[in-house]
Amino acid sequence: MKVLSKTLAQLTKGETATITCFTDDLLALKLMEMGLIPGEKITLQHVAPLGCPYAFEVNGTLVSLRKSEAQLVQIS
Amino acid sequence: MSHDNLFITLQQKFTLAQQVKVALIGNPNCGKSTLFNALTGLHQKTGNYPGVTVDKKIGICKALHPKTKQIHSFRLIDLPGTYSLFPKSLDEQVSFDVLMDETNTDYPDIILIVVDASNLKRHLVLATQLIDLGRPCILVLNMIDAATENGIEIDVTKLAELVQVPVVSCNARYSEGIEEVKKSLFTFAQDIKPQQSLINIQAIVNKNYADSVHRSVNQTSIYASLLNQRNHLEKDEKLKEFNEKFFTGFESRDMLFRFEKIKKITLDCVNYTVARKDLKTTDSLDNVITHPFWGFIIFIGVLFLIFQSIFYLAEFPMQWIEMGFSFITQKTRQYLPDNFFTSLLTNGILAGLSGIVVFIPQIALLFGFISLLEDSGYMARVSFIMDKLMRKVGLNGRSVIPLISGMACAVPAIMSTRTISNKKERLVTILITPLMSCSARLPVFTLLIGIMIPSNYRFGFFDVKGLLLTALYLMGIVVAIGVAAILKYVLKTKERSFFMMELPVYRIPQVKTVLLTMLDKVKVFLFDAGKVIMIISIILWFLTSYGPGSEFKRIDLEYTDAIRKTTSDSTKQKLTIAMETQKLQSSYAGHLGKIIEPAIKPLGFDWKIGISLITSIAAREVFVGTMATLYQSGDKEDNLSIRQKMMQEKNPTTGKLVYNFAVCLSLLMFYAFAMQCMSTLAVVKRETNSYKWPIIQFIYMSVLAYGASLLVYQIFK
Repeated sequence: MKVLSKTLAQLTKGETATITCFTDDLLALKLMEMGLIPGEKITLQHVAPLGCPYAFEVNGTLVSLRKSEAQLVQIS
Repeated sequence: MSHDNLFITLQQKFTLAQQVKVALIGNPNCGKSTLFNALTGLHQKTGNYPGVTVDKKIGICKALHPKTKQIHSFRLIDLPGTYSLFPKSLDEQVSFDVLMDETNTDYPDIILIVVDASNLKRHLVLATQLIDLGRPCILVLNMIDAATENGIEIDVTKLAELVQVPVVSCNARYSEGIEEVKKSLFTFAQDIKPQQSLINIQAIVNKNYADSVHRSVNQTSIYASLLNQRNHLEKDEKLKEFNEKFFTGFESRDMLFRFEKIKKITLDCVNYTVARKDLKTTDSLDNVITHPFWGFIIFIGVLFLIFQSIFYLAEFPMQWIEMGFSFITQKTRQYLPDNFFTSLLTNGILAGLSGIVVFIPQIALLFGFISLLEDSGYMARVSFIMDKLMRKVGLNGRSVIPLISGMACAVPAIMSTRTISNKKERLVTILITPLMSCSARLPVFTLLIGIMIPSNYRFGFFDVKGLLLTALYLMGIVVAIGVAAILKYVLKTKERSFFMMELPVYRIPQVKTVLLTMLDKVKVFLFDAGKVIMIISIILWFLTSYGPGSEFKRIDLEYTDAIRKTTSDSTKQKLTIAMETQKLQSSYAGHLGKIIEPAIKPLGFDWKIGISLITSIAAREVFVGTMATLYQSGDKEDNLSIRQKMMQEKNPTTGKLVYNFAVCLSLLMFYAFAMQCMSTLAVVKRETNSYKWPIIQFIYMSVLAYGASLLVYQIFK
């Protein structure tokens, strides 16, 4: 870890950020297929009743990620 | 096959009016299956891809040639939903193999790419990959109405020009534009030029390497050759060693360049006029549906509704089916001579058939509901709100519905596990579902509890019988969860567990889709699981109707003679019942009961209970009927008389009552845990596509049942 940057897991409900990069290769591919492309805007829309998983809106789609998966997405 | 040849061969197929193979492919939630249903109607069938449990849907579509006015027939295959041509799951690998392997029997002549027009940008990732294969492709913009409603205007002509393949728009849900889709297939009847690659291949992989791969693999385009090579690397270690370095970062670069290209394309031909309405509606609905309090309330309400329907609503048609079959059986016995074939027909085949058909109402109802939940978008929310809870024991949020349905019947419940995409989580759900207390256990439980506990025995305000029954249900749930937690560590998987999934926008479910799903599932059960149930049913018939040696003949002679001699009807009936009892006791099943007696003695069971354990493999409720025959109770449906007979039964050597508290409790444990249901085993065999898992399940549940029975009997005796 060079710099401790923010990840998707740190967003609060309703907050929007821009995706910068991923810290896991296999996951990155899946995430990009779901529309999570670096440079795109992403918003945390809902949090499941028990605090996990999260639902993000990106590129007009609602994508649900577990906390562990959201931690692998760097944002700015 | 080379690029140009492919198009020429296809053109010839049209000229000769030969059947053309078409594959429907698209992202999950693009409405692909709705389009498939609209194009094929009832001319479709479901099977399995060889070696894997992925549904294979094939259908026939007839269309009129716009010029020659001849009817052409197209063979459509509905491929599993795929996000890209980089397969990561079993489903995606199946789609890839069908699309890319020329030797595959389903290798398509035309690729029908289905995209959600209201989600064009993301769906074009797969679409542009497919176009870059250089094969005959048609791009179908589905849900064009949703796009228009949400202020997305698409210039179809311009889009076709940019992606170089024919583009048609439709609304499969409302059967709009289906004729245009059919017509578009005939584009390839004319001389048509193959398209160029949409992205610059040199930007994602070394040019010399790409050329050399293309020379050796010789697919329809450089990109197709590369994808094929990449797929081979996974299987061939030697090939991987030399080629791996060229593919490092290949997928990510491909995605990024593709997305850049898509952005340019959509900028030129898509106009966003207003903010999206459907997302807003979905968002406000989700505020309630995923709410910490209301979310669970709604979910419990939905579960309650499903459970009540399959438990009570299915009861009526099930009774009609049973009544119908017993009527036919009776008439057959009446009009056919009493011989081997009549016995095989009535007690073997008809009994087996009745045991299969009786499941139809429950299967149809459960799948009606599941289809409604899937189609409306609610099913994805079930996973969303239940994930954290279920993950702890190695299950998926979607496991909840099969498990709750299992309390009515494990057969439709296990069939419904197909909605769980993770292989391991699905397998665990299949393995534990039969532990949930199903409706077939109820008659056994009530009979035994009735023997164990005197009437009006109360504990405070509660009837002890009711309390015990509730405890048995709860025990089923607790043990199921416990077994899941153990299996989580025992089962190994190569597949990495992802949760990541799309939460589709809410839509009003479609009646046609719901009905077709119900029909499809009933058909699959009848023809796939039905075979196994029939075979077991005939084996059980043989075991109970025939015996070793001459004893059977002796009983037959003795009683037929006596029956013929008497004139009184009631004596006749008594003699017949006594004959049945003797026959069952000296049948192969009876002998088996005696053989297993030493093994079940520690559980407090005698050989008569042993016979019931064997016949109960057909279905748990058969226990009651077998008990009736064994204890010469005339009316098999009359619970009270069987109960009285059983309560009076004494052990011939000790003179003590056989069905004491400890034995009954031990039997309850046995029936709660043992896998005594051939239909469930048949369905598990079908759903796991192997004999291994039903056998493992049978063994682990038997061990569990034996252990539990042994424990309670040794404590309470």
